[in-house]
Amino acid sequence: MTPRKPVDTGDPDRLYTVTGGRSRADESFDLVTLIVSESAPTPGMQSEHARILELCEHPVAVVEIAAELGLPVTVVRILLGDLLDTGHITARHPRAAASVASLPDSALLQEVLHGLRNL
Amino acid sequence: MDSATSELPTHRTPLRDTAETGLKIVVVGGFGVGKTTLVRSVSEIRPLNTEEVMTQAGVGVDETEGVSAKTTTTVAFDFGRISLNDRMVLYLFGAPGQERFWFLWDRLFSGTLGAVVLVDTRRMDDSWYAIDRLEHHRTPFVVAVNRFDDDGVRHSLDEIRQALALPEHVPMVDCDARVRASGKDVLITLVNHLHDLATAKEATL
Repeated sequence: MTPRKPVDTGDPDRLYTVTGGRSRADESFDLVTLIVSESAPTPGMQSEHARILELCEHPVAVVEIAAELGLPVTVVRILLGDLLDTGHITARHPRAAASVASLPDSALLQEVLHGLRNL
Repeated sequence: MDSATSELPTHRTPLRDTAETGLKIVVVGGFGVGKTTLVRSVSEIRPLNTEEVMTQAGVGVDETEGVSAKTTTTVAFDFGRISLNDRMVLYLFGAPGQERFWFLWDRLFSGTLGAVVLVDTRRMDDSWYAIDRLEHHRTPFVVAVNRFDDDGVRHSLDEIRQALALPEHVPMVDCDARVRASGKDVLITLVNHLHDLATAKEATL
């Protein structure tokens, strides 16, 4: 098992560089929004953008991208915003993320139950 | 033995290309109660760790002279994953239950299906804050009592319900967070509860 290390590299400068100094993340990306690459990395692309495109050849949740890249979720949201704006990725947003208090419908929960029982 | 030590892939396991809906369940509880153990026992991937950087206005935060009213806090959390079918993927988040992490909760709980409060009977005090916040957020939850081997005094679920001042409608379940079948049972208890709530609500529409 790989030893667990803090994700934060302890280097705020690195995070600043990665995001070009931006700190406002695109809040539309939920932790479990699934990201899919729509194109291969292009030469000269920022390395973090390129890594996300390689990673998301198959669907990957935002939170998994953050863990894989070793970057805070907020930083990943900013990077994903860039890629979405340029058409390099598509995002499959969760259905149930609209509000906290609203319950998902019973049909969806039935599917979840079925999936869990089959584990 | 069907336990958390079962082999999980060390390499990244991609989701199916048909995956389209991510779902969330949060596991909350005090330090050392077994949140990550529970996540690991049911997850199809080795639990991953990531962090969220929260920038917040300095409400209720110590404001020292010359420091701007904004503070940045970093908090780490674990998560695992269960592919439910071709389209649906369930993510399990282990979140620390202490009061100072309330801002992480707001983020994690947004759009979550429901929560599991994992309780250690030797440290039940750790659970009160979590239960209070869940009720405040109107997030449906169940209470799972993690039975440790050295839990000499076995309190009954009724005794624990009383100690936590837990309403009758909140389901409780015993578990051994290390055992996959037990972890799965906890999740099924929660989703059954959610299903009952949804069915009751739909009947009134």
